[in-house]
Amino acid sequence: MEIKSHTISILVDNEAGVLGRVVGLFSGRGYNIENLTVAVIDKEKGLSRITISTTGTDIIVEQIVAQIERIVPVHRVLNMTVNPPSVEREIALIKIICEPRLRNDALQIANAFRADKVDITNESCVFQVVGKPSKIDTFVELMKPLGLAEIDRSGLVALSRGTKVI
Amino acid sequence: MLLKGAEIFIKALKEQGVDTIFGYPGAVILPIYDELLKDDELKHILVRQESGAVHAAEGYAKSTGKVGVVLVTSGPGATNTVTGITDAMMDSIPVICFSGQVASNLIGNDAFQEADMIGITRPSTKHSYLIKDTKDLARIIHEAFYVATTGRPGPVLIDLPKDVLTGVAEYTPKIDIKHKTYNPKIIPDVDKIDEAIQLIKEAKAPIIYCGGGVLNSYAFKGGLKNSKTDSVELLKEFVKITNMPITLTLPALGCFDGEDEHFLGMCGMHGTYEANMAMHGCDLMICLGARFDDRVTSNIKGFSPNSKKIHIDIDKSSINKNIMVDVGIVGDAGEVLKELIKTGVKVNDYSDWWKRIETWRSMNCLRYKDSDEIIKPQKVIETLYELTKDKDTYIATEVGQHQMWTAQYYKFRKPLHFMTSCGLGTMGYGLPSSIGTLIADRTRTVILVAGDSSFQMNIQELGTVLQEQIPLKMIILNNHFMGMVKQHQDLFYQKRHASTKMDAQPDLMKIADAYNIKALSVKNPLELKDKMKEWLNHDGATLLNVMIDENEHVYPMIPAGQSHNTMLLGGLK
Repeated sequence: MEIKSHTISILVDNEAGVLGRVVGLFSGRGYNIENLTVAVIDKEKGLSRITISTTGTDIIVEQIVAQIERIVPVHRVLNMTVNPPSVEREIALIKIICEPRLRNDALQIANAFRADKVDITNESCVFQVVGKPSKIDTFVELMKPLGLAEIDRSGLVALSRGTKVI
Repeated sequence: MLLKGAEIFIKALKEQGVDTIFGYPGAVILPIYDELLKDDELKHILVRQESGAVHAAEGYAKSTGKVGVVLVTSGPGATNTVTGITDAMMDSIPVICFSGQVASNLIGNDAFQEADMIGITRPSTKHSYLIKDTKDLARIIHEAFYVATTGRPGPVLIDLPKDVLTGVAEYTPKIDIKHKTYNPKIIPDVDKIDEAIQLIKEAKAPIIYCGGGVLNSYAFKGGLKNSKTDSVELLKEFVKITNMPITLTLPALGCFDGEDEHFLGMCGMHGTYEANMAMHGCDLMICLGARFDDRVTSNIKGFSPNSKKIHIDIDKSSINKNIMVDVGIVGDAGEVLKELIKTGVKVNDYSDWWKRIETWRSMNCLRYKDSDEIIKPQKVIETLYELTKDKDTYIATEVGQHQMWTAQYYKFRKPLHFMTSCGLGTMGYGLPSSIGTLIADRTRTVILVAGDSSFQMNIQELGTVLQEQIPLKMIILNNHFMGMVKQHQDLFYQKRHASTKMDAQPDLMKIADAYNIKALSVKNPLELKDKMKEWLNHDGATLLNVMIDENEHVYPMIPAGQSHNTMLLGGLK
C-alpha cells in the first residue's frame, strides 16, 4: 500500500499535558512526526488545535487517528488528507546575509514569491513567506546562493475545503 | 461547608461506593491516612510493597466488577505502582491509583521523594490528573471513576500534592453529566449489524472467538447507566441459537461454560489443537471483545487465511490494528450480541464443520503420560478441578507454565472467577491479586496457583495474608526453575539454561511457618490427592508445595512466528 504524507487536525482541551499525550502516542508507537503546530484557537472555551503531519499508509493513518481519539481530552480528530483535500499553509522567516551586489537578486525573487521584507540592515534581510510548504521549499532553494543564513518555519496549519469542519 | 482535601477525598470515594483501599502510607499522603483513622466504613488494606497494592486492587476489580482503589505516597511509593498500572492497562482493568505528591510549590524542584508520575505513567494509564486546587478534587475523583469504568475500562492515576489535601474547599457531589470530550460508543450502528448478519448467513464454517471484552461488558456494561444487558447470558444464547463452535482467549476464560460441548478450549500459543485448527480453517471468524493479540494470531500472514472476519470491540482503535477485518463493529459486546440476536441471525447447517472439528478434537491434545514416580503438573490441576468444581471457587495464578496448565486443565464455568495477568504477563501478580480477590469477600474460596519463581516475586505479601488473617489457599508447582523460560531454552536454545535454574530456593515450608501459614509438601504422586484434600480442608491460610517433574513442557505450542496449523504437540503425535 502506498506510503504518503497525511495531515491530521486535532481539537483538544487546552489543559496541561495534552500535547504530551498526543506526541507521546506518536513516539510510543513508533509513528513519525514531520510537522507539528499547536495554538489556542478559542480562549473562552479553552480549545487548542494541533496539526500534525505524518507519513504512512492509509491503514496506518486510520489507526493513528483512532488512537488519538482515545485520548480523554481530545474533542475531534480529522485526517485532512482524505477527501476533500484541505487547504494547507505555512509561514516561514528567512534571513539572508549577503554583499549589497546580491541583494537586488534576492529582492526580485522575494517579489516573485510575494514575500514581505520584515527586517533590513546593510548586511542582512529577513523575508516572510507564506504558502504551501512546497512553495517555501522552492524559495529556500533559490535563496541558498544568495547568502541564506537562517530559517524558521511555523509548521502547517490546515482547514478542510468547502463546508466541512472538524 | 468547607472541608479539608483529605475529607473530600474520603467523601468522594464513599459516594462512589468504595469500601476497600489497598495502600501503603508515606509522608506526603499522611493527611489522608490521618483522616482514614476516623472512618469506620472505608477499609484500608496495608500491603507490603506498593506493586502488591495495585495487583490486589486488580484482583478485587476483576472479581467484583467494581473499581480497585490504590493509595500510595509520592516518589518510590508511586513508582512502585507502575508495573501494576501497566498490567491493568494491558488487561483493561479499572483501577484508580491515588499517588501522593510533594507540595505544589516544590513540584519540579527535585524535592525529596518527588517523581513526575503523570509523565512516568502517561503511556500506561487510560488517563491521569495532577490536581492543583482542592476545589477540583471531588469533581476529578468522580470523573476518574467515570473514565475508568466506561468504554474500554482502564487504569487512572490521580496525583495529589500535599497542599491539595490540607487545603479546604466546598464538596462537589457526583452528578451525571455528559463528558465534554470523552464519550465512548456503546450502542452499535445498525448497518454494521446488518453487514455482520449477512456474513453469518453465508458462512459454512464459522467460529466465535471471544476475549476479555465480554467479561468487561458483563461487569461494567460499557458504562451504560442502569443497563440490564448480560453479555454472558447473551453469549450463551447466541451459541445456542447458532450452534457455532466457540473459543476463548486467556482473559476471557469463564465467560462461557468450560464444560459446554460448543467450547473448543482456549486458542493461541498454548491453545488446544481443535481451537487453533478451527481458527485456521474457519470461513467466518466472529471476534467479540478480543484484540487479535500476537499470542493468539502468531504469524499474522498465516493467520486464518480463508476466513471473513467480523470484529466487535468497544475500542475503535482495536479494529484493523493487527488484522484487517471485513466488518468492524464499534460497541459494547453485550449490546452487540443483543442487537445480533434481536435482528435475527440466520444460520446454516454446520454438521460438516462440526465433523472436522470432532476429528481435531479426537486428537485429545491435552492428554499426557501420567507417572507413579513423579508428579505431573497437569495432574495437579486436573485434581484441583475435581476437588473444587462443586464449590464456588476463585482461581488466581502467577505467570508461566503453571498459568497455562491452569488455563488448559481447569474448566472455568463462571465469569469473574479467574484472575491472571494476560497482556503484560506480570510475574508476581498472582499472590497479591488472590489477596485482593479474597479481601473483596472473605467468605470466598480463593486459590492461588503459583510457580516457585513467580511466587517469590511478590512473596512479601504473605505479610498481608498474616495481617488480614485470610484463609488463602496457595499451591506451588515447584520445579526449581523458571519453567516457561526454561521451556523456551529447551526448545529454541538447545537446552542451554542460562540463569533459569532456581539453585538457591528458600525453604518454603519455613517461610510459610514464619507467616503463621500452615504448610504442606508433597512429592509422591500417590499421596497427591490426599495432600490436596488436607490442604483444601484446612480452615486458615495454607500453602501446598508440590514437587513436580521439571522436564514437563506446556503443549500444544505454536512456536513464535509460526501459523496455527503448525502446532508442537509434545510426544503425543
